[in-house]
Amino acid sequence: MSILLNKNSRILVQGITGRSGLFHTQQCREYGSNIVAGVTPGKGGIHIEGIPVFNTVEEAVLCTKADVSMIFVPPPAAADAILESADAGIVLAICITEGIPVRDMVLARRILDTKKMNLVGPNCPGVITPGQCKVGIMPGYIHKPGKIGVVSRSGTLTYEAVKQLSDMGMGQSTCVGIGGDPISGMKFIDCLNLFNKDPDTEAVFMIGEIGGNAEEDAALWIRDNMKKPVAAFIAGVTAPTGRRMGHAGAIITGGKGRAEDKIKILTECGVTVAASPTKMGEAMRDALR
Amino acid sequence: MNIHEYQAKDILNGYFIPVPRGRVALTADQVERAAKEMGGHCVIKAQIYAGGRGKAGGVKLVQHPEQAQEFGKELFGKKLITPQTGPEGLRVRRILIEEAVEIAREFYLSITLDRESSRFCLIASAEGGIDIEEVARNSPDKIHLLNIDPFTGLQPFQARKIAIALGLTGTVCEDCVELIQNLYRCALEKDCLLIEINPLVETKAGWLMAMDAKINFDDNAMFRHREYPDMLDYSQLDPLEISAGKYDLSYIKLTGNVGCMVNGAGLAMATLDVLKEFGAEPANFLDVGGGSTREKVAEAFKIILQDCDVRGVFVNIFGGIMRCDVIAQGIIEAASEVQCRLPIVVRMDGSTVEEGKKLLLESGLNVQIGENLGDGASKIVAMLLKKTVA
Repeated sequence: MSILLNKNSRILVQGITGRSGLFHTQQCREYGSNIVAGVTPGKGGIHIEGIPVFNTVEEAVLCTKADVSMIFVPPPAAADAILESADAGIVLAICITEGIPVRDMVLARRILDTKKMNLVGPNCPGVITPGQCKVGIMPGYIHKPGKIGVVSRSGTLTYEAVKQLSDMGMGQSTCVGIGGDPISGMKFIDCLNLFNKDPDTEAVFMIGEIGGNAEEDAALWIRDNMKKPVAAFIAGVTAPTGRRMGHAGAIITGGKGRAEDKIKILTECGVTVAASPTKMGEAMRDALR
Repeated sequence: MNIHEYQAKDILNGYFIPVPRGRVALTADQVERAAKEMGGHCVIKAQIYAGGRGKAGGVKLVQHPEQAQEFGKELFGKKLITPQTGPEGLRVRRILIEEAVEIAREFYLSITLDRESSRFCLIASAEGGIDIEEVARNSPDKIHLLNIDPFTGLQPFQARKIAIALGLTGTVCEDCVELIQNLYRCALEKDCLLIEINPLVETKAGWLMAMDAKINFDDNAMFRHREYPDMLDYSQLDPLEISAGKYDLSYIKLTGNVGCMVNGAGLAMATLDVLKEFGAEPANFLDVGGGSTREKVAEAFKIILQDCDVRGVFVNIFGGIMRCDVIAQGIIEAASEVQCRLPIVVRMDGSTVEEGKKLLLESGLNVQIGENLGDGASKIVAMLLKKTVA
């Protein structure tokens, strides 16, 4: 089974003619992902690497029955690209683009609340179901098919965690990089919920960071709902206290968001937290015992 | 991106939010002249990229132009240290001189992003002034919050509820409704992540006025606002952070002696955590980003070495798709150019790892290879110890 992606996923790439869009399209294809279409406004009608390119997502969906979109559109037009795929009936959009203005995402997120589409990202490495389908920029070779679900706010730190898991013989069902932007699509809880229901997932590894309180919310959800063991790592234990945000940020979170607070609440809710980033694999193994 | 108080007030003024009459000065003589213009009785405010200036001695009410000049002389070139500046403090290069205003009441008002609801949020309190965080901690009931639906925007009735909660009545209440709506319009049009008026005051004459203002722009929206880069005051930034910004690197100076170069913010934070765990103190946080090129790696390396506290360098790159031999070339290039003899530990993962390692080991640099995160950290700690003993 796995979650979000499998070998039947039909993928279209928004921004396929851009440099990184094309490069990663090739990489995903080499991994075995079924890329059926590309979209770049104004370039409809051409073929790139044998993939048909369309002017609009709607047209691409109509002609190719694509159900997943991978988005590489540059920041000024990225929020619009997300909404275009939601409007065209795409089931899952994975937005890799980094640097979308907050104002654009506030509006996009509000519109998505009225739509059925799931969004992963933006500013994320993507989603991979090892051995079946990769939609994103993560290195495929570190992943192994298996039974651990991985969900993470980070990019390269996820690769580190996955490598430790694979090296210790713990393959993955699906790995979801939800991205580190202040406004994003799927949150920890959305992914945990899917993993909880997925018969192919036996346990979950979760990677968080300082700031916000998504990890705290996830901890409480795990305590009340999760039927499978969960291990976690929180980056930034030693990070200097932020002097970037003014008074207002501190007021909203009520002084929350520090690593030690997150670790404490996760532990209290039954999650095995890795004490060091070198021990993420070990924490997962301990949680499985 | 932060801007100065006087720039934030200029912007607010453009949205019909009243601010005190004021002038910016770059010299003590200009301070005196500006004070004369205000009639002598005025407020002198140091302009730095941090809050907490009042307690650090950066703000003063003066009675005469001479007194203003004297205080100006004292402030210029002085480093103000506040809880928000860090231990090094920030040098004062610009001073704002404002007319003194008779204050009847003080409020707090801001608009910022609320991550939880994914919406902008208005925060208001009748307990204005400097210690708003304390109010939030001790009496959260005195803080009024309003999440703004981007579909409907901020409606007059919502603003009125806030104004009434602040205890305002009559015409001042209606003035406040208008002010709150203008503030939201400003936050959207100017792409502000934070816009804060603290305090917002009601003057004895019965007008609302922004006595202090702080704006933080969304860096990602820079393409819509070509004027923003010109508003930056480079004297308020760390020179290394400025050169890092040119190459799109995210660099933050820390207090230790192990320079760090990592790709990705999460992995970079985790790398700092590991170094501390092994007993080392990181000299910086540096994220070279996902798609690093040879040039970028080389520039990052040079920036790390410009920090004279650095005694050793730890490189942790999990490239995956990035080629390790290319990264190795970048490191070798930069280290040879600045004739670096410091101990270096490189931990790399990704394609062509073996070629990369070989290049590094044959380069003649004082370099060791970390096989994994823990191995790399323990190696740099050992190399530093050996050096201190020898």
